[in-house]
Amino acid sequence: MANEVVDHGRRRFLTATTSVVGAVGVVAAAVPFIKSWEPSARAKAAGAPVMADIGKIELGQKVDYAWRGLPVFVVRRTQDQLAVLPTLAPRLVDPNSEVDQQPSYIKGPDRAIKPEWLVVIGICTHLGCVPEFFPQIKPEPFDPNWKGGFFCPCHKSRYDLSGRVFAGVPAPKNLQVPPYHFVDDTHIQIGVDPKEAG
Amino acid sequence: MANVFTRMGDWVNERAPNMMPAYRKHMTEYYAPKNFNLWYYFGSLALLVLVNQIVTGIFLTMNYKTSAAEAFASVEYIMRDVEWGWLIRYMHSTGASLFFVVVFLHMFRGLMYGSYKKPRELVWLLGMLIFLVLMAEAFMGYVLPWGNMSFWGAKVIISLFGTIPVIGGTLVEWIMGDYLPADATLNRFFALHVIALPLVLLLLVVLHIAALHEVGSNNPDGVEIKKGPKGNRWDALKPADGIPFHPYYTVKDLVGVGFFLLIAAFIIFFAPTMGGWFLEHDNFIPANNLATPAHIKPVWYFTPFYAILRMIPSFLGQAFWGVLAMFGAIALLFALPWIDVGKVKSIRYRGTGYKVGLGLFVLSFILLGAVGAGVTAEVIPEWFGDVDVTFWENLFGRFWTLVYFGYFVFLWLYTRLGWETTKPVPERVTTHD
Amino acid sequence: MTKRQLLMKHILLSMTLALGLLMGSTQVLASEGGAELPSAGVNLRDQASLQRGARLFFNYCVGCHSLQYQRYSRIAEDLGLTEKEVMENLNFTGAKFGEPVISHMPEDQAKQWFGKAPPDLSLEVRAKTADWVYGYLNSFYVDPSRPVGWNNTVFPNASMPFPLWELQGVQTAVKKPGSEEVEKLELSQPGRMTPEQYKQASRDLTNFLAYVAEPAALQRHAYGIWVILFLALFTLLAYALKKEYWKDVH
Repeated sequence: MANEVVDHGRRRFLTATTSVVGAVGVVAAAVPFIKSWEPSARAKAAGAPVMADIGKIELGQKVDYAWRGLPVFVVRRTQDQLAVLPTLAPRLVDPNSEVDQQPSYIKGPDRAIKPEWLVVIGICTHLGCVPEFFPQIKPEPFDPNWKGGFFCPCHKSRYDLSGRVFAGVPAPKNLQVPPYHFVDDTHIQIGVDPKEAG
Repeated sequence: MANVFTRMGDWVNERAPNMMPAYRKHMTEYYAPKNFNLWYYFGSLALLVLVNQIVTGIFLTMNYKTSAAEAFASVEYIMRDVEWGWLIRYMHSTGASLFFVVVFLHMFRGLMYGSYKKPRELVWLLGMLIFLVLMAEAFMGYVLPWGNMSFWGAKVIISLFGTIPVIGGTLVEWIMGDYLPADATLNRFFALHVIALPLVLLLLVVLHIAALHEVGSNNPDGVEIKKGPKGNRWDALKPADGIPFHPYYTVKDLVGVGFFLLIAAFIIFFAPTMGGWFLEHDNFIPANNLATPAHIKPVWYFTPFYAILRMIPSFLGQAFWGVLAMFGAIALLFALPWIDVGKVKSIRYRGTGYKVGLGLFVLSFILLGAVGAGVTAEVIPEWFGDVDVTFWENLFGRFWTLVYFGYFVFLWLYTRLGWETTKPVPERVTTHD
Repeated sequence: MTKRQLLMKHILLSMTLALGLLMGSTQVLASEGGAELPSAGVNLRDQASLQRGARLFFNYCVGCHSLQYQRYSRIAEDLGLTEKEVMENLNFTGAKFGEPVISHMPEDQAKQWFGKAPPDLSLEVRAKTADWVYGYLNSFYVDPSRPVGWNNTVFPNASMPFPLWELQGVQTAVKKPGSEEVEKLELSQPGRMTPEQYKQASRDLTNFLAYVAEPAALQRHAYGIWVILFLALFTLLAYALKKEYWKDVH
């Protein structure tokens, strides 16, 4: 009995193989459970792209749309408001939108597909409050040198009319721009990139 | 790397010096008889199913809605809208049925090899308690989808308590928290199903295994290996016929796990309703308190006991005789160690009377299951044409109810009066695979 | 019958029953449901049939019956259709792509017309089986005694009119002599389809409803085989490992 030789190599090999295959099985079995936490078909349907009819928005006006439970600001900017944007660069944290807060097709001081139309998610990048809209180029109590933009009532963060954050406020980043595209001149679809829409 | 593990081990040992020895006691230094056969897989498989039920159950609660208005739709939400929800749900529903398959076979093994006999009576009693709690757990789980069978199953089972003289009516209302199974009933069953009973179940399982490891496992020969010669290749003082549970039975149980998962996967992926046996047709209809399903019956694992209930007529104006018989059928199993006083454990060395008796007992269990599931009511007119179905079904069911109870009476007389002629039990275990 | 004969007959009956039950109990319960039903022969892998069934459902059924658990988007995904195809050819309810199929019939009016609200059909096949649905769709006949003028041999006194009559034609019941029992159905007025075409159409519709009853079935079948192959490999390895270790045990 005792003089029988155990083939340790074979034993080790089989133990290792069975363990590895077993571990693969356990990991594979865990995948469905992890995936079950992803947004369900119901959540996806509720978060589906939103069609916004912007035909009736007047110059200088802001309209809110709900997309995935988030407020999306659509602002039709005036020529005066647009003209101010490039001059603000020295006072901003990220004037050229280098931090990843917008789709790749959103560039420049106007941060828009069509300069006239600003589309941003109205959630302050500090702690998630909804900023207020102060479109006038005139001194405001919170900023004597105000050129129009958004002001967060919670902790006094300020953004310009492109949603770019001013330096020296609590918010670290520019307002986020959702994916969107123009279906026609008076309709934008929020939640779908121009590329996806084809 | 190995060094790190050693140091971690030392760190734990210093603070909890009894933990490592506990592992050794139950795994590497637990000496199990070396002649376990196929029937000995079902204990570890029951544990596997228990783990599966707990894990899948936890994930089901994440999307299930505990409310009479929303429960049914939330189950369909899991089946359709939740990513992989269907798999988690089928793993749970199939697991429930397979739990009973495994537990019934595990119990049959105990009957066959006399595992309930001295010194393992406590193991048996704890096991029977597990069975009882498992039935309650399964029943309440079955109510949760709030389909029409859930509703009517709940109504019928709860009504059983209504047959108790004097307090019955009040008791039924108290259990339901309403005048029919309703939102309140669903909520309390949910609480019991997902937390109270699983805790009890886990505690009982720990005690069941602890009690087993105190006395050591029985085996197909019914030989007490602790009373046999000492000394094996691992330890000079341990039973000669014992082998360390780890690694020998862990690797062996792994084979059993593989086979079991193959069967389970086949059901989950290709026949999750098992033709209406595991998930019933009528339970895909939402609960409706005005329309009883045409074929009202419990899920298959309750049908033998349900048949006994149905076969006993009311008597002296009381309906609780059937309920009494049904609970008696389970209570007698509890008492088995004291009913069967035969000296020999394993069926291999017991008298012919015992073998025939056990065979008939198992047959009665299966056939009563068929009666309870309504199979006889279908088959009798099909095979025998225009006969009085109820009359023949009752006769058939009552005959096998008598056989079920007769087994215990017979066993008692057979062993107590010394009618049994046994074969000599060997000193050592005989074979192993 | 004497007591003794009764006992003998009982024992005989018991034995036959016992044997038969042990062998074929599953089949018996599977065929639950009274009258003999023809086989629906559904096949979820036949995507063309599912698409035809969907078209029939949305042309003839959705006026009264909802599929409250089935989203239009899921139909597109599973039946190999584009969003555009589903929204233009199937979705006549004005619902959004991600929303479920809800009929526009007002419930109180339906109750007035048919005596009860038309049931949701999401789970009809799971509740009644595919064979039942197929049988039902083939068993309507004219019965002036019923409020809506139609009756059904599979589901007697059903309160549903039969909108598919323009496809199948009109069936009339041939009663057993001297009895109210229906012996067979005869086509008294042909419809737009031949009997064979209608059989296929009703099969397609049943197939679609079988899919709707459990869309996960498509995933089940797709993954199942791989899971089983993997488990077979694991079991083989575990068996080899067990053999190896058990060389120690004598």
